Amino acid sequence: MNESNDIAISVRNLTKMFGAFIAVDHISFDVKRGEIFGFLGANGAGKTTAMRMLCGLSYPTSGDGFVAGCDINTQAEGIKRRIGYMSQKFSLYGDLTVMENLRLFATVYGMSDKKISEVSTDLFKNLEMENMRDTLVKDIPVGWRQKLAFATATIHSPEIVFLDEPTGGVDPITRRRFWELIYKASSDGMTVFVTTHYLDEAEYCNRVSIMVDGRISALDTPQTLKKKYNATTMDEVFRIVAKDAKRGD
Amino acid sequence: MPTLISLIKKESLHIVRDKRTMLITLLMPLVLLLLFGFAISTEVNDVRIVAVVDRHTDTTREILEKFSANDYFTFQGLVSADDVETLLRTGKTDVALLLRNQNGPLEYQIVVDASNTTSAKAMTGYIEAVLNSGRAAAAPAVLTHTLYNPQMKSAYNFVPGIMGMIFILICAIMTSVSIVREKETGTMDLLLVSPIKPRTIILGKLVPYFLLSCIILAVMLLIAYTVLGLPFSTGVVNVVFISLLYIVLSLSIGLLVSTIVNTQLTALIVSAVAFMLPVIMLSGMIFPIDNMPVVLQWVSCIIPARWYIEAMRKLMIQQLDIEFVFQEIAILLSMTTVLLTLSVKKFSSAQ
Repeated sequence: MNESNDIAISVRNLTKMFGAFIAVDHISFDVKRGEIFGFLGANGAGKTTAMRMLCGLSYPTSGDGFVAGCDINTQAEGIKRRIGYMSQKFSLYGDLTVMENLRLFATVYGMSDKKISEVSTDLFKNLEMENMRDTLVKDIPVGWRQKLAFATATIHSPEIVFLDEPTGGVDPITRRRFWELIYKASSDGMTVFVTTHYLDEAEYCNRVSIMVDGRISALDTPQTLKKKYNATTMDEVFRIVAKDAKRGD
Repeated sequence: MPTLISLIKKESLHIVRDKRTMLITLLMPLVLLLLFGFAISTEVNDVRIVAVVDRHTDTTREILEKFSANDYFTFQGLVSADDVETLLRTGKTDVALLLRNQNGPLEYQIVVDASNTTSAKAMTGYIEAVLNSGRAAAAPAVLTHTLYNPQMKSAYNFVPGIMGMIFILICAIMTSVSIVREKETGTMDLLLVSPIKPRTIILGKLVPYFLLSCIILAVMLLIAYTVLGLPFSTGVVNVVFISLLYIVLSLSIGLLVSTIVNTQLTALIVSAVAFMLPVIMLSGMIFPIDNMPVVLQWVSCIIPARWYIEAMRKLMIQQLDIEFVFQEIAILLSMTTVLLTLSVKKFSSAQ
């Protein structure tokens, strides 16, 4: 459908049903290459379900889509090789060391040992984590763990990185630092697809979409959305858009 | 392949670094074997016995002497028939032997405290044996030969049962908990969203626990053949072969549980209640299957441990050749195939 070079994600009428329940209801949108795309919505709005389809974890009931040039209906394997994913709890293996975690996921993405040691040396330097290489992940502070999770998700230089509420339960300063990492990745050409609960973070995105009851109710740059709904913050925008929501909390 | 190896390495690190679980895993088989082998014994020593005799004759004196001379009994003396019930009820004695000969030939009656049926059975057995020993010449006595375990030593009788239990415990519980733990912490998502094939993830989980089980198998066999004195023969090859089959079967059960439940606690409870209890109660490990109500006998047929334990008894205790356990092997093999296919399919599609 849309495989031109500057489009990273493109979906049309993407729908997922669980029995009679329509979790995701005919959503369509495009994400440009190198863009930071915020994917907002209350709990139960269908964010996670939509994201799982984009990541090749589940197949849509109907609709089409391309992620990193691969068809989400037929090329889940291709998608998995081209994306990175960071889950809600910056999950890594707590009983493995920083380096063991990194090496595991790098190997999983097909990197050679030589490449891994090259990349990891630079990476630890950039993250200022050189002295933590052999520390167990459960023993390092949450902020560092989150940075490490991001580094792990992007170690294989994926075309798109999916971040599922990457800043949950982290203090504002750490969150701010984390967003610096996201900006850096985006300026390197990586597409960032991020879901978040923090509406102030929505302001950092190039464009945001707001999902309500399985549909995308609003999609534009934060500035345009604020103007359109006559609001001063994204928080207000979200409240106006999501006020008629029937699902979730 | 390098992916699988790194997954196996990672899982092994989980196992090795979780010192407490590892210690329990390795110690439990040891403790259970030694406990069942030595501490828990169905033999009964120091049976306290009283006698009621209504008229003394040479025969009755001879009988009472036998009991006082026997190491298994503590003869507490003669009592009146009226006291027997009180003595038994208050626990001052275990058995009363009533010898009646006032109205003709000598009659025996054994009154036994059967609040523990197992020891009651053993006690009456002893008493009958003692009584029979005197009559052997006079009356036709029943000669009992106990084959395969001539001394009726319980030491290695429990080995098959414990092995049947341990492998379910380690394979099913540990595998299911370790997979569900990754679901809980979210690391499973990281693996699933990566290009690893689901079957590689499964293998990466199963191989380390398979190896761990092999170590435990080796330890248990070593104890059984040395400390517990199980007679050693070349049949040990068959024992190992069927045990490996049973280990794979237990691993599939663990995998299946992990696809159904979502928290470690449920995994633990489901594995324990749905698999451990039936193994203990219905596999014939402790309670003979033939004594169960018919319905429970049917139920026991679907319990893998039943067939494993039966096969192990035949191979280890009866020292039979492998052709006598073909039926058990066939059943275990088909159970493994069904469970493994089912759980792999369910694991791959659930995501």
